[in-house]
Amino acid sequence: MPEKLTITNLRVSVAGKPILKGVDLEISHGETHALMGPNGSGKSTLGLAIMGHPSYEVVNGSITLNGEDLLEMKTDERARRGLFMAFQRPMAIPGVKMADFLRHATTNVHNPDRKEGEELIPMREFRKQLRSKMEQLRMDPEFARRYVNDGFSGGEMKRAEILQLAMLQPKFAVLDETDSGLDADAVRLASQSIADIGREKMGLLIITHHDKLLEHNPPDFAHVMLGGRIVETGGVELAQELHAHGYDRIREKYPDADADNQAMVAEEVN
Amino acid sequence: MATDITTAETSDVVGEINKYDFRTESQAVFKARKGLDVEIVHQISDIKNEPDWMREFRLQSFEIFQSKPTPTWGGDIEIDFQDIYYYLKPTESQGKTWDDVPQEIKETFDKLGIPEAEKKFLSGVKAQFESEVVYGSLQEELGKKGVIFTDTDTAVREHSDLLREYFATIIPPQDNKMAALNSAVWSGGSFIYIPPGVKIEFPLQAYFRINAESMGQFERTLIICDEGSQVHYVEGCTAPMYTTESLHSAVVEVVVKRNARCRYTTIQNWANNIYNLVTKRAVAYQDATMEWVDGNLGSKLTMKYPAVYMLEPGARGEILSIAFSSRGQHQDAGAKLVHCAPNTTGQILSKSISKNGGRSSYRGLVKVEKGATGSKSNVVCDALILDPDSRSDTYPYIEIAEQDVTIGHEASVSRIGEEQLFYLMSRGLTESEASTMIVNGFVEPLIKELPMEYAVEMNRLIQLQMEGSVG
Repeated sequence: MPEKLTITNLRVSVAGKPILKGVDLEISHGETHALMGPNGSGKSTLGLAIMGHPSYEVVNGSITLNGEDLLEMKTDERARRGLFMAFQRPMAIPGVKMADFLRHATTNVHNPDRKEGEELIPMREFRKQLRSKMEQLRMDPEFARRYVNDGFSGGEMKRAEILQLAMLQPKFAVLDETDSGLDADAVRLASQSIADIGREKMGLLIITHHDKLLEHNPPDFAHVMLGGRIVETGGVELAQELHAHGYDRIREKYPDADADNQAMVAEEVN
Repeated sequence: MATDITTAETSDVVGEINKYDFRTESQAVFKARKGLDVEIVHQISDIKNEPDWMREFRLQSFEIFQSKPTPTWGGDIEIDFQDIYYYLKPTESQGKTWDDVPQEIKETFDKLGIPEAEKKFLSGVKAQFESEVVYGSLQEELGKKGVIFTDTDTAVREHSDLLREYFATIIPPQDNKMAALNSAVWSGGSFIYIPPGVKIEFPLQAYFRINAESMGQFERTLIICDEGSQVHYVEGCTAPMYTTESLHSAVVEVVVKRNARCRYTTIQNWANNIYNLVTKRAVAYQDATMEWVDGNLGSKLTMKYPAVYMLEPGARGEILSIAFSSRGQHQDAGAKLVHCAPNTTGQILSKSISKNGGRSSYRGLVKVEKGATGSKSNVVCDALILDPDSRSDTYPYIEIAEQDVTIGHEASVSRIGEEQLFYLMSRGLTESEASTMIVNGFVEPLIKELPMEYAVEMNRLIQLQMEGSVG
C-alpha cells in the first residue's frame, strides 16, 4: 500500500471568510499532481491549510496522512510526519544562516522524536549532506552562509526552497508557484532540480500558472480549481489544454464557481 | 558640612581597633550599620588606608550625592538609600556558603556549564577567582610591556600620581546622583594603563586581576590608553550575578589618546532584584577609536548609556548595545555620542528584546557641538517584541549646533511575526525553537562582535531565557 495524503470535503476560512468550499483530493506517494486555476481560486490556501497555517481555519472536512488526522497536529509535527511546502514568498529570517537553519530543520524532520535541546546531526555529517545536495542543484556553497531569504532575489528564494526540499526529503510536498517570477533559464533550472530530487520519492502537488515546470515534471493528474472547489480533474492533457487556451472553457462550464471566484478576487483587491 | 569632620575624629574610629583585626571586627560593625552618612564614608576610606585626597574626594562626593535629587526620568527608581550596605568586604562574601546561593542560580550555572571554581566566584561565595596560578604568567608578560592592570584600590596606593591625573576627570561626581554615590563609596574595579604604542592582542578580562575585589556593587574602573596603544577589556559574565544587595552603581572612565584604540565589552546578567545604574564615559583624542559593546540582561531596572566624547579631529566612537528584558524587568539602555571636533565619526547600533511583559527602552543622544564640521553619526536601533504584554520605547535625542554634518537615524520595532514562526515550524522546528532562532538571528550582528567564548555563552543564555517563553 503506497502512502496517501487524503483531503476530504475541506472547507477553509480566513478571517471568517470562506475560501475553500469542499475540496476532495488524494495523492499517493510517487504521484505528481498539478493544481491549476485562475488567481484567487484558493490554490495557495489549500497548501497552507495542509501545512496548518494558523490563519487558515478548517471549518469542515479532513486532511489525513495514511489515515492519521493531520488537523490535530501543529505545523512542526506535520513537517516531522513528512509534509513540506515550498512557499511563493518565503519569509526572511535575518541573522540566521541557511546552514544553521537547515541543520536544525533536517535534524528534526529526520529524527521526528527528537526533543528540544537534544543533539543536532553531527556537523561533519550534515556538511557532507548539504554539500552533496548543493552540488546536485548546482548551487554556490557560499549560499549556505547567507541569512535565510534575507536580501534574496526572487530566483534565489525559489532555489533556497528547492534546496530545503532536497535536504528534508519529505513524503509529500506542495510546490506553490515555484516557477513564478523566474526567467526562462531559472525556470528550467528549478524544474530540472525538482526532477533531479526524484519525483518518484514523493507525492507532489505542483501549483502553477504555467506549464514550464510541468514539461520537466509531467503530472499524473491535473486539477482545476475555481471558486474554492476542484471543478475538473484529468491527466496531463488537461494541463496542456489549460495552458494553451486558458480558463474560459472552465469558467463557462462552471458559472457558479466562476461567480464565487470573481467575488473572492474582488474582495482580495479591496 | 561633611568635609568639616576632622581627621582626629575619624582616626578615633580606626584607632579603637587593631588594624589587623579590623577586617573581621568591622564586619559586624558594617552589618549593624546599613545606610550612608559621613561616618560610613570615613570608615570606607579608613579601611582602605587611603591618601587624604581620596578621602576628601569621597566626602565632597557624598555632599553632592545628598544635594542631588533622584532622577525622575528613565525608570522608576525606588531605592531606600539607607537600607543598603555600602561596603562589602571580601571577607564578608567569603563567609557566605554555597548553600546560601538560591537554587535557580545554581541551576542556571549548571545549564551554562560553568566550572565549579568559577561558579563559587560568580555567586559571591568566593571573593576572587583563583587566578594567581592561571594568570600569573600573563601578569608578568603585561608587566614587561609596562602595562598596569590592577584593581583600583591598589592603584590608589601604588600608582597614585598616574591615577590622580585622570580619576574623576571624565565623570566628575557632579555629573549625576549615581556617579556621586559611586564616588563617595566606590570599591574595586579595574585600573588599566597601556603605555604608548603597546598593543594587547588578547582581551583583558576582569577576572585576570590578582588580589582584586572583583565584583563590587560600586566598582570604579579607569582605563588609560596612551598614544597609539590598543586594548580590548572585557568585564562581566553571562552567568547571572547574584548578590544580596539590590543596588549596583559603577563608574567607568576611559581615556583614549591620539591614534589609540580601546574596546570595552560588558556582558552582564543581573538577578531580578537589582537596580543597575551605571555611568560609562570615554574621551577620544585625535584619530583615536573608542568602542563600547554593552550587553544587558536581567536586573529590575538598568539605566546605562555608554558615552564617547570625541574631543579632537578624526576621533571615532562606536557603541553596540543589546538589552533583553523579561517579566518585571526594565532595560533603559542606550548610548551617547558627542562630537566636539571636526571630522569625527560615530555609530550606534542598539538592539533590544522584550518578552513576558518586559520593557526595553532605547535612550540615546547624538550631539554635535559648534565647530565640529564634517562630523558623521549614524544611529540604528531595532527592537523585537515577543508578545503583546511586552513593551519597547525609543527616545532619540539629537542636538546639532553645526551645519555641515551628516546624521542618520533608523529605528525599527518588530514583533516576532506569525509568518516567520509558521515558516520555521513548517520546516519541523517547534514554536519555541523557532522563536529562539529568530531572536538569535536578531542579535547576531552584535554577538559576532564578542570574543568567541562570550558569544557562545551569550547564545546559550538567550536560549535559556527563551525556554518556556512560548505557550
